[in-house]
Amino acid sequence: MAPKDKLSITVRQSELGRVKGLGAARSGVHHWWMERVTSVALIPLTLWFVFSVLGMAGHPQPDIAHWVSHPLVAVLLVALIVTSFHHTQLGLQVVIDDYIHGEGTRLIVLLVMKAAVVLLGLAALLAVVKLAI
Amino acid sequence: MADVRDALIIGKRSDGKLVQRPLSPHLQIYKPQISTATSIFHRITGCALAVGLLLMVWWLVAAATGPRAFASAQGFVGSPIGLILMFGWTLALWYHFCNGIRHLFWDAGFGFDVKTSHRNAFAVLVATVVLTVLSWVVGLAVWL
Repeated sequence: MAPKDKLSITVRQSELGRVKGLGAARSGVHHWWMERVTSVALIPLTLWFVFSVLGMAGHPQPDIAHWVSHPLVAVLLVALIVTSFHHTQLGLQVVIDDYIHGEGTRLIVLLVMKAAVVLLGLAALLAVVKLAI
Repeated sequence: MADVRDALIIGKRSDGKLVQRPLSPHLQIYKPQISTATSIFHRITGCALAVGLLLMVWWLVAAATGPRAFASAQGFVGSPIGLILMFGWTLALWYHFCNGIRHLFWDAGFGFDVKTSHRNAFAVLVATVVLTVLSWVVGLAVWL
């Protein structure tokens, strides 16, 4: 589709705008890259968390509290919570961007989702801190 | 310009030149394939896992609250509905986990040709089943 064809669209963009390569989203590859960084971190963290919890299936609360009170466990749990909630928020954003049409609705749904993810993540972090201290 | 629909696939290259871009497949007429199925299931399991995080938050907050709150969270997980949810959650987790690693290999430039990507899609399904079964064997052995 060359511009000389009958149907063409005129694009007005400054040289600076072209060089920066940023469109209407006003950002570049940061979202994509953070999705990859968090997913790599989640590989060992997920394996560790799932099999640790499975190893305590049916155990009463004091066993769990004792497990979290170990500093290494608490630190890894904080890392898992931060990484998994960040990854979740990035992934759900893409789903919302794809399926919610209309800029106003999309913005509202996006903000509600981010608020929910942040609040849930903070609740999980507070629980770990309370058990660890 | 063969067809008026071609107007929908005009894209702009970074130098401003107009080019034809491929159009997303129309799902009604596009033949379902393992590549498309594994792609949409990655998204579906991702959304399911986001909901599953609620359970993780409940589990942690209940443990921080005390033995009684923890026992009720544990009672839910051990109930028939809880066990079904946990089965779905482990299946979704290991699928998203394995297919996510497949995506990371693609991002690094490996395994993206049609034949290899079909093969590693099959490997993802096998690994998902193996990890899910392993999780339940370990979990049930500890629990019972």
